[in-house]
Amino acid sequence: METTNSILNAIRQHGADAYPEEGCGFLLGTVTGKGTNRVTALHQATNRRAENRERRYELTADDYRRADAAAQEQDLDVVGIYHSHPDHPARPSETDLAEATFPGYTYVIVSVHDGTPDAVTAWTLALNRSEFRREDIVLPDPELM
Amino acid sequence: MPTTETTTVTVRIPTPLRSATDGQSTVDVEADTVDTALRTLVDRYPDLADNLYNENDELRQFVNIYVGDEDVRFGDGVHTALESGDEVSIVPSIAGG
Repeated sequence: METTNSILNAIRQHGADAYPEEGCGFLLGTVTGKGTNRVTALHQATNRRAENRERRYELTADDYRRADAAAQEQDLDVVGIYHSHPDHPARPSETDLAEATFPGYTYVIVSVHDGTPDAVTAWTLALNRSEFRREDIVLPDPELM
Repeated sequence: MPTTETTTVTVRIPTPLRSATDGQSTVDVEADTVDTALRTLVDRYPDLADNLYNENDELRQFVNIYVGDEDVRFGDGVHTALESGDEVSIVPSIAGG
């Protein structure tokens, strides 16, 4: 993915604000000619899980539609999802893999330890859905985004 | 005289699936039910099949279908009837740990 430090910091901040629960939302942006997701805006959402929000998150289809509408207003698309891992490493869990949606979305994970955000990583689902693969996070000059 | 009018609907494609639809964000298909619309779409763009359907040929659990603003799950599901001009949206719900 390509993005900016301000986007990454906003994801970290949401993770800290949601702690000890998981925070989540949508990545808005465009797809480059090379097929890379370029994230230029966020759509923060509410973790819809009724229970165990410290270990699980959920975004409904209506949440997606709201994010999609917000994206379209900015001439953008939904290109991915982010969520936090409270007191857990910034890598996809077995649940993340079991519940994964479409290959092609960027999944960003921020780890939050004792309320302080730590590593931010990006992942994409393999075409055969067998695993998440690490995506590089590239920070081009924001003026060029 | 039987009518020969066809029902043309527009299917909205989520961003990551557009690599399977030649980059198109919407695809027009002739279909009078949601099921026919999706099957016609997959026939035209076979790479969509694994994304939308599981090994039992059922829509994947996270795949929600809307006609306009209505989730077909609360109506007749994939048997929901379509009218010309309807917009059918493929909408993921998202979960994880």
